[in-house]
Amino acid sequence: MFDICELCEPETLAEAKALFRANPELKVIAGGTDVLIRMQHGSLAGAGLLSLRNIPHLDEIEMLPDGTISVGAMAPFTRIFEHELIRKHVPVLGEASVSMGGPQVRNVATIGGNLCNGAVSADSASTLFALDALLKLETAEGERIIPMRDFYAGPGKVNLLPGELLVAILIPREGYEGMGGHYIKFAPRKAMDIATLGVAVVCKIRENRFVELRIGLGVAAPVPVRCFEAEAYAKDREVTWECVQEIARLALKPAKARSSWRASKDYREHLIEVLAQRAVAEAVKRGGGCCAD
Amino acid sequence: MLTKNAAGVKARKRLCMTVNGRAVEIEIDIRESLLDVLRDRLQFTGVKQGCSVGECGACTVLLDGTPVNSCIYLAAWAHGKTVVTIEGLAQDGKLPPVQEAFVDEGAIQCGFCTPGVVLSTTAMVDSGKCFTHDEVRRELSGHLCRCTGYQKIVDAAERALREAEIAADEHPV
Repeated sequence: MFDICELCEPETLAEAKALFRANPELKVIAGGTDVLIRMQHGSLAGAGLLSLRNIPHLDEIEMLPDGTISVGAMAPFTRIFEHELIRKHVPVLGEASVSMGGPQVRNVATIGGNLCNGAVSADSASTLFALDALLKLETAEGERIIPMRDFYAGPGKVNLLPGELLVAILIPREGYEGMGGHYIKFAPRKAMDIATLGVAVVCKIRENRFVELRIGLGVAAPVPVRCFEAEAYAKDREVTWECVQEIARLALKPAKARSSWRASKDYREHLIEVLAQRAVAEAVKRGGGCCAD
Repeated sequence: MLTKNAAGVKARKRLCMTVNGRAVEIEIDIRESLLDVLRDRLQFTGVKQGCSVGECGACTVLLDGTPVNSCIYLAAWAHGKTVVTIEGLAQDGKLPPVQEAFVDEGAIQCGFCTPGVVLSTTAMVDSGKCFTHDEVRRELSGHLCRCTGYQKIVDAAERALREAEIAADEHPV
């Protein structure tokens, strides 16, 4: 049995926001595949839970009139991976989604929960960084939309105000349109594992030149990071193997890798360079470019 | 909607769900997992408790047709849903083709992971989709077999999928 002191199951978003305002100490639970495991391990003892599972429409994936793709915070990873809009427009997010956990976990675990946990290893996070995604946050008082980059405050910490809920992830048209993308999750096992390092790349190629390149790294620093120097270097440059190698070297700049039982700092830095190279090369290929050496 | 569990008072809730084709209505404690309710209250002991943290897949059940780890799923969430455990597959004492495939391939050693693996395979077969070898392995990747009998498990799943495909060709719906 879980050490739960109360379970709130609001039926509407308005009801959830009102409850959360009145009881900001409640722990929000989405799919539960992290929260309940933490409870099983003895943390969060005696917590009161605010479950979002009974709220309809919070798991929908749709394209808004301006071309933004909106992914409901309660969308489970399997749904994201299988969804037609994601397959067609943002396959790199599908790639990241299917790399997470195992099938039974992906059937229940939600993208919103994955982000709100604040884990730097979240497979969806580095990808959404690369996609320049925005987050729609709501309280009983109103809503705000913030860039992914402003969401992560530190390991396991995110910038959510008391009583605030993540409602949707917005991927603007400029974030995905015409982009080739690739996500590489590096982990000892192919399934049911946590990333030792995650590299997400999207790029737009015209006449074999980088029109735009964006790289998101997971587990390279205390929070997911973007590789702005590498991205700026690539801009308007012809795609060559040397160029891709230089991009990968520059991708190390924002990294603040640390040693943990999963990997040493040196090994992680080696991974960043090697995997950035591979991910950029594959994203270039998918974006219609060629960097054959 | 607000179910309090004040000191010493267990918060209880009425849970209505369908388990293996039968409507079930019971009072549960909000702290219980779906695994607790299925095993300890309803005696569906084919649902195995392994790791209790969603790693091993022994507690897998089909929830509205989808495999989930019942150990990290609150029982309260199953309200209004349809649950299938391994006990729900055989009809009138006759094994369905998926289970026959596991028997024919000898894909069972100690048997602890088997109920979960069979249910994940059933979900694949019921989806009506085609799966490549790699996709079959991916769909079964949430199950640990402590006897390490993975090869025969994958063989059995592929046999079940192949036979279902043949059956669908012979008797199109």
